[in-house]
Amino acid sequence: MLERILKEQRRELLQQWTAQLAQVATGGRISGEELEAQAAELLKYLDEALQTGSADDINQPAWNPARGFLEDLSRKRVLAGFSSDETATFLFSLKRPLFGALRAAAGKDADKLADEIWKATALLDKLGLYTVKAFQRTREEVIGRQQQELLELSTPVVRLWDGILALPLIGTLDSARTQVVMESLLQRLVDDEAQVAIIDITGVPTVDTLVAQHLMKAATAIRLMGAECIISGIRPQIAQTIVHLGVDLGGVTTKATIADALSTALRMTGRTISK
Amino acid sequence: MPLRSEHDIVLARQAVRRTAQDVGLSLVDQTKIVTAASELARNALIHGGGGQMLLSVLRGDTRVGVQISFIDQGPGIPNMELAMSDGWTSGGGLGMGLPGARRLVNEFDIKSAPGTGTQITVVRWK
Ligand SMILES: Nc1ncnc2c1ncn2[C@@H]1O[C@H](COP(=O)(O)OP(=O)(O)OP(=O)(O)O)[C@@H](O)[C@H]1O
Ligand SMILES: [Mg+2]
Repeated sequence: MLERILKEQRRELLQQWTAQLAQVATGGRISGEELEAQAAELLKYLDEALQTGSADDINQPAWNPARGFLEDLSRKRVLAGFSSDETATFLFSLKRPLFGALRAAAGKDADKLADEIWKATALLDKLGLYTVKAFQRTREEVIGRQQQELLELSTPVVRLWDGILALPLIGTLDSARTQVVMESLLQRLVDDEAQVAIIDITGVPTVDTLVAQHLMKAATAIRLMGAECIISGIRPQIAQTIVHLGVDLGGVTTKATIADALSTALRMTGRTISK
Repeated sequence: MPLRSEHDIVLARQAVRRTAQDVGLSLVDQTKIVTAASELARNALIHGGGGQMLLSVLRGDTRVGVQISFIDQGPGIPNMELAMSDGWTSGGGLGMGLPGARRLVNEFDIKSAPGTGTQITVVRWK
């Protein structure tokens, strides 16, 4: 019965569904025409899926276009700033027109009606859940990407001099952050054909074995690329702590301040500074 | 405080630093106890599968200090002598966390048994 209604009464369903949708405030985030177009598209996919597949299992290949459409819809809703509730409401507002059509078609057969309504509800709920999951997945992706971008923003590689780059690190150096930071530093080394990289840790409050390990790996990678690495911003309390910790920054040039590091770097690159 | 993620370790370090400042430890001693805490918290997270940190202030007649305990219910440390030696790691690290932390504090007490977990208590006096 569901199949037949979707095939034969699609125009009426769309009209009623669009009317339902129009009652929900969208705050101008989506136009009425766009909503109607999306509703029409979904009805078409539902119809097609029910021709070859069954309403019991939306994971069947027959449901691929419908699922793809819902994923796409979720993505658009995330980017437009909708909530997951609002996004699910799009689907659930089809219930009323659909149930109305089922009632009309069932006539006096109450058992049949209950059966069909149950089937339709189960289907729309499954699709709704699928949409919400897709919505959440997309939102996490978006947030993750924003965090990535923020990480890169918060650690700019600056060019101190021709061939001399500096990377002022600020805050905690967790593994994810270090990775991003090092990648951008190494890339800049190549792009600028730089000979010296100064990693300044003045803004890093705690230097423990993990941070030390990250720094040493960075220094090794920089050397492998044929450049020199200087670590600056080793304050007295940090120096003492590193000594007690027993970590050997083995062979890496360290300086107290970034100014010291720069004059060393200038000397390394064959320049002399006259005061 | 829970030690269940890298973020918890950041929070743990901040709490230790605040307490060390309140107690009036010098900048060098603050840095030492915070660094030791960072090592032990990370060990509890990575080797112990997560745990707890308890932070308290010790007030004796003549002195005051910061005491921190790290407790986990992980696999425990089978060979203590080895674990406490410089440069020994069961994988990936520098193997300096435990011995280094011991050198950064005034008192260091470690109890660990295979199967029951690890409990480490450290004190840094002012
Ligand atoms: N809480 C713990 N539970 C179980 N095993 C532990 C625990 N803490 C330390 N260990 C064991 O002791 C070893 C030495 O610890 P240590 O902190 O010195 O080095 P690490 O953690 O391997 O490296 P890092 O120098 O980065 O700290 C670890 O590799 C691990 O096998
Ligand atoms: Mg460790």
